Amino acid sequence: MRVQDLIDAGNFKVLNQGEGLNREITGPYCCDLLSLAMGNMPAGSAWVTVMGNVNTLAVASLADAACIILAQGSTLDENALEKAKEQKITVLQTQMPIFDAALTVYRYLHA
Amino acid sequence: MKDTEDKITLFYKIPGNDFTRAGEASSNVKSKLKMMGVRPDIVRKVAIAMYEGEINMVIHASGGTIEVIISPEEIEMILKDQGPGIEDIELAMTAGYSTAPDNIRNLGFGAGMGLPNMKKYTDEMSVESQVGIGTTVTMKVKII
Ligand SMILES: Nc1ncnc2c1ncn2[C@@H]1O[C@H](COP(=O)(O)OP(=O)(O)O)[C@@H](O)[C@H]1O
Ligand SMILES: [Mg+2]
Repeated sequence: MRVQDLIDAGNFKVLNQGEGLNREITGPYCCDLLSLAMGNMPAGSAWVTVMGNVNTLAVASLADAACIILAQGSTLDENALEKAKEQKITVLQTQMPIFDAALTVYRYLHA
Repeated sequence: MKDTEDKITLFYKIPGNDFTRAGEASSNVKSKLKMMGVRPDIVRKVAIAMYEGEINMVIHASGGTIEVIISPEEIEMILKDQGPGIEDIELAMTAGYSTAPDNIRNLGFGAGMGLPNMKKYTDEMSVESQVGIGTTVTMKVKII
């Protein structure tokens, strides 16, 4: 499943559409501690987190996530939205809790 | 940028305590390496290790400097700061050890995994530190 397919599936609201929409998602990855995410997130992950600050975007970019999914209605602060646009990172949003959001991605991947 | 025959050196000044800009140097290095055609897995290792070092300088040492030396064989990162220094380096390298205050933890940092990540993602790493003088972290990622 590509990032674009995940967007098209319609479960997630698009906060920022970045580049790399044709990228294959390798799997969902859940973590809110940035250094843990940085050290353990596989490249190409759909990263599910509730942290929506600029540092989340830096970690997503540097650890090479396919996209960010902000769960539980978390949103990007103003700085972070600017950064997302600048770095062309796809950020999605959902009211679902982290587990449910990750499970949704997982089900698509293994459908 | 300074070019010799087969080496490129990049130099960055990292401002202290500015969390909105933290990571800019690492992002810049990442895109430069990508443009140079360095293998994506190597770029990712350098980006992760350098970001952790950059963040540490911002959080723990009020900023510093980073020099990145790119050669055909390896990428070397030298991170220097004049912060408080690290008293017990072995302890600081322990996974989960952190002295980061609560306001830093609220940003998602302070898991105590920075130095362990830097070690994990590089082929060579050394930390030299003197209390009251500063810290120098040198890391190398081999290309071949
Ligand atoms: N550049 C530095 N200057 C002073 N102390 C540092 C520096 N880098 C790391 N430290 C010390 O080492 C500890 C562990 O660092 P790290 O593994 O990156 O975890 P964290 O940054 O999450 O606290 C820090 O909490 C801090 O006490
Ligand atoms: Mg750290």
